[in-house]
Amino acid sequence: MTTYIIRRLIQGVVILILMSLIVFFAMRLLPGDPLVIFMGQQASSGAMSEEAMAGFRHEYGLDKPIMVQYFTWIGGVFEGHLGKSIYYHQDVGALLRQRFPITLHLGLEAFILSNVIGVLLGVLAGIRRGTWIDAVSTTIANVGVTVPVFWLGILLIYVLGLKFHWLPIYGYTSPFTNFWMSFKQSIMPVFCLAITGMAYTARQTRSAMLEVIRQDYIRTAWSKGLRERTVIMKHALKNSLIPVITLLGIGLGMVFGGAVLVETVFAIPGVGRLLVTSVFSQDYVAVQSSTLVIAAIIIFCNLIVDISYGWFDPRIRYA
Amino acid sequence: MTEKSTTLQDFTEAPPRVSEWQRFRRVLFQRKLVIFGLVILSLLIISAIFAPLLAPGDPYNGNLADSLAQPSWHYLLGTDIQGRDTLSRLIYGARTALIVGFVTTIFAAGLGMLLGLFAGYFGGIIDTIVMRAMDALMGFPMLLLALLISAVLGSGLQNVIIALSVATLPGYARVMHGLTLSVRENDYILAGKAMGSSSRRIMFNHIVPNTLPPMIVLSTLQLGSIILAEAGLSFLGIGIRPPGAAWGSMVYDGYRFLISNPVLSFAPGLAIMLVVFAFNMVGDGIRDALDPRLRGIL
Repeated sequence: MTTYIIRRLIQGVVILILMSLIVFFAMRLLPGDPLVIFMGQQASSGAMSEEAMAGFRHEYGLDKPIMVQYFTWIGGVFEGHLGKSIYYHQDVGALLRQRFPITLHLGLEAFILSNVIGVLLGVLAGIRRGTWIDAVSTTIANVGVTVPVFWLGILLIYVLGLKFHWLPIYGYTSPFTNFWMSFKQSIMPVFCLAITGMAYTARQTRSAMLEVIRQDYIRTAWSKGLRERTVIMKHALKNSLIPVITLLGIGLGMVFGGAVLVETVFAIPGVGRLLVTSVFSQDYVAVQSSTLVIAAIIIFCNLIVDISYGWFDPRIRYA
Repeated sequence: MTEKSTTLQDFTEAPPRVSEWQRFRRVLFQRKLVIFGLVILSLLIISAIFAPLLAPGDPYNGNLADSLAQPSWHYLLGTDIQGRDTLSRLIYGARTALIVGFVTTIFAAGLGMLLGLFAGYFGGIIDTIVMRAMDALMGFPMLLLALLISAVLGSGLQNVIIALSVATLPGYARVMHGLTLSVRENDYILAGKAMGSSSRRIMFNHIVPNTLPPMIVLSTLQLGSIILAEAGLSFLGIGIRPPGAAWGSMVYDGYRFLISNPVLSFAPGLAIMLVVFAFNMVGDGIRDALDPRLRGIL
């Protein structure tokens, strides 16, 4: 097991280095100059002198050879310095520290919601196959997989925000500042972030449940006279969750992918929004570093998911 | 005597042999949702091909005097800020969605299949390099990957197709890799090798045809996700930008006028959802129809 974890960690580091190279050099291929874009957004654009530009270029290390730039950046990353954003004029580490809790707060709520409701819907649909519960659950799953999340967000804003005035239509408040406001503001974004994952989990749980309840040991459990709840919860559910766990890792990716769109719709200052703004302003350092941090988190979580298989299914042993 | 008559009865009552194609059609058309999906896709294809004939107005050049017109007999779905007819843009948007969906799938599936095939067939260092690179790409959510690539390439139809092809490529490569590894172990491959067939012949004449059914299913199911991702990119302003007609950017444009003209945002979003739903349903149908394990059940 320890050997497996060490091997996976080394693999993870290799993948991260590969990603850092791809992102770093890809960003350099961009036509255009981030400094010019940044200056263009300042009121006193145009009139920027060559010397001042050169000064800026020197300040951000953009005058150095490209390989030196890469090693300076990656060396800094290993020391915990993610570099300075050209657009925000701030340390990327500081920017991420401000924004990460926001994405994490909404993402975690969405992740829990999608898995709890997804599994519940899947189990109900599986054990009550062919009934109205199955029909409702399957419909929700089909809609969840197909709906564009940004459009769902707009739809919710229109109905719940603009028509009924039940919920605030944009923004983010920390739950430590104003819990009630934070809760109200997070309902729509969390639902949008959760819907796709919920749909996939429900579909996967349903088919796994249908597979498991046909097994001999479930018949044995029934014939022992156990209650339905015991048969389903203790015998069927644990075994049908194994394929669902694979989705947990993918679900996490979906939360980050969805964050880009949902944070744009609801004007939430999270990591997704940071990434979109940085891409538009060609803010090399911000894009590189936030991409690397997101990739590291996803790789780490996938490792945890893979290790947890062993707990759910003792037949799986890693060598 | 009894034994003999039973055998005879079994023989006479055996179902008539049906060809694979007949079974495929029967299973595919069995489910109402698949037929619904096929109808939607037919409408989409017709709109895309005959867009100039079907569109009531000019999708690219509007009449500024009619800016933000409400739905009426003249403009069935109203007009956007530039005075362009929403229905016409919706019809032309079908073209964009279809082109992006199909061309991306062809590129990604073609290249992904080749990479997976070579990695799986030759193994060793090629396998390690190709599959680790695919793992690196796969560790990243599709939309984020496409976003980064689009950032490098810029917006526009061609660049969106390249970005989405690279983002979906690893999935195809991984499935093809697995299929190649399992097909490679069959006796007929060994027989081919014993007869002195070249690697190229074994790969393209024996392995590829045996991996096609699952690859077709994967491609159909991926089409929906590709269209959804393209809509996402266009919504963010990185994909296809106005005046180009793309449903994602239409949703974004309409979003600014949500209070006065909600239909500007609602109509293209509904179109995206319907088309993705249709591709998913048809994909599910094809999967069931091609699945050999369901033979005799369906």
